[in-house]
Amino acid sequence: MTDDTYNFAYLDEQTKRMIRRAILKGLAIPGYQVPFASREMPMPYGWGTGGVQVSAAVMTPEDRFKVIDQGADDTTNAVSIRSFFQRTAGVATTTTTAEATVIQTRHRIPEAPLTEGQILVYQVPIPEPLRFLEPRESETRKMHSLEEYGLMHVKLYEDISRHGHIATSYAYPVKVEGRYVMDPSPIPKFDNPKLSDCPAIQLFGAGREQRIYALPPYTRVVSLDFEDHPFEPSKADHPCGLCGAEDSYLDEVIVDDAGGRIFVCSDTDHCEGRQAAGHRGKDAA
Amino acid sequence: MYVAVKGGERAIRNAHAWLAEERRGDPAVTELSVAQIREQLALAVNRVMAEGSLHDPDLAALAIKQARGDLIEAIFLIRAYRTTLPRFGVSAPIRTAAMACDRRISATFKDLPGGQVLGPTFDYTHRLVDFKLAAEGDAPRAPTGAADPGDVPHVMDFLNREGLIEEARPDDTPPPDLTREPLELPASRALRLQALARADEGFTLGLAYSTQRGYARNHPFVGELRIGAVAVEMEIPELGFAIEIGEITVTECETVNQFTGSKTEPPQFTRGYGLVFGQTERKAISMALVDRALRWEELGEDNVGAPAQDAEFVLYHADNIQATGFLEHIKLPHYVDFQSELELVRKLRRTAGADGMQEAAQ
Repeated sequence: MTDDTYNFAYLDEQTKRMIRRAILKGLAIPGYQVPFASREMPMPYGWGTGGVQVSAAVMTPEDRFKVIDQGADDTTNAVSIRSFFQRTAGVATTTTTAEATVIQTRHRIPEAPLTEGQILVYQVPIPEPLRFLEPRESETRKMHSLEEYGLMHVKLYEDISRHGHIATSYAYPVKVEGRYVMDPSPIPKFDNPKLSDCPAIQLFGAGREQRIYALPPYTRVVSLDFEDHPFEPSKADHPCGLCGAEDSYLDEVIVDDAGGRIFVCSDTDHCEGRQAAGHRGKDAA
Repeated sequence: MYVAVKGGERAIRNAHAWLAEERRGDPAVTELSVAQIREQLALAVNRVMAEGSLHDPDLAALAIKQARGDLIEAIFLIRAYRTTLPRFGVSAPIRTAAMACDRRISATFKDLPGGQVLGPTFDYTHRLVDFKLAAEGDAPRAPTGAADPGDVPHVMDFLNREGLIEEARPDDTPPPDLTREPLELPASRALRLQALARADEGFTLGLAYSTQRGYARNHPFVGELRIGAVAVEMEIPELGFAIEIGEITVTECETVNQFTGSKTEPPQFTRGYGLVFGQTERKAISMALVDRALRWEELGEDNVGAPAQDAEFVLYHADNIQATGFLEHIKLPHYVDFQSELELVRKLRRTAGADGMQEAAQ
């Protein structure tokens, strides 16, 4: 059921064209943050307005749309964004990663490998990887243009000297094609390796901060590290309690008043698919 | 045994239904009409129009009703609506000298051409709760007098004749449009004023107040504050001249600020400017003070590191729709990131624990 008082996918065509230009520029300069005239959307800033604008700009009536938040299709904000596009674009939706043509995500990259022809749209709260080292946009833009990333390495080094480890567990900074340092959005660093050499197009939208950036297919993306302290993706050291997967990112769920806990896949589609294929974990019903 | 939680969709539906019921309140109490809000909560309507950047009292009143009186929520509704509207063109600059003033005061002169007009103001009311209002009564009537037709000259022009105040040079550069272009720094004064006109009233007030208390003090006098209706004119290409397309009420504040001169500018009075939709004088005065503080660079003043002098700080944090959205988004699930933090803290504690034991052994 579409709401025909609004244009297809809510935004007017002029706005979509402006956003597509920003996306194309972003694809041409991987990892570079392109300023764009973000619109007020009918959902609050910070709730995925950047991702929604990017999805609206790339969406066609033939697309099959999937939305995940924390890896799950049924978290409240994922439900809300999915129903927004069902209502304003009338596109088909799916929860199956392999069937989706456009996937909007917050905080995760799906476990199933993405393929050519798919677009992964990230919701980004703070697009600037240097922001918490330097609060001024005028300064950080200069640092990017001069490729002046020493501050970031110093921060990571200080982590190691203080804690023995790099104390960043999500939104872990990456370098794109040896040039721009980029914030991969607040995905757990477990997901970082999936950014690199990915056959799908990856688009990042930050609505409130008015920035779009992109990774074209098969872009080389390297998580920042040191030779003697190599980057290591991490996850809870357990198999999934429902499907038994050993290699997926896990949520820790508290199941009783005594603080008993089990670990289950954060990617609900991945977990359900494995269970349907007959895999069982120790906590499965 | 564990079954993953489902049912986000149903939960959202039910939450919305409950919200709608709460919005209406006790059905035994008569429902508020949009016209009642527009007429009797006019200052709330004005604030929503100003910060929503859309002059439409009926729509603003409806938004207030829908938002249950939460004005920032109402402003959000208006913003999200306005962004979908087609843009037919740009009006000619409004002429506030031709304003039909409801209120016009100057703090810098005892009397002046056009006179001091108090208008419908809370100033000089004693803030005593009027219990008579709790009982519905007759509509109060104020005495009337003949309006003085003709332009009301700006106070600033009198000072300008003596050359005592900085010249406000006319500038025909089309102003940038914050709602169509991303904010880029350094921001011109036109862009800063645009951002301030839709900035949160409380934030602007707080910043303005901070300048009065010494954080980039600029000694403001209210040169003039005027509130009233002005004509909006637009040039129609087919006609080749501007025609009046409507009338809006605005509040305009011009401050006169003491200035002892700098390396580049002679001693003279300087200006701060505020212009806001509707009767919104607290906001307009605040805007003028913040505008003046932000002008430190062009006037060759020192940057004393005050928040109100910092254009990037002010412009990036003044918009309440951006601020409230980002603030409130921390209510959304963050358990994936929290999980990775849990793993990290456990790992760091293991390392720290091991180190601690080593030290104890030595």
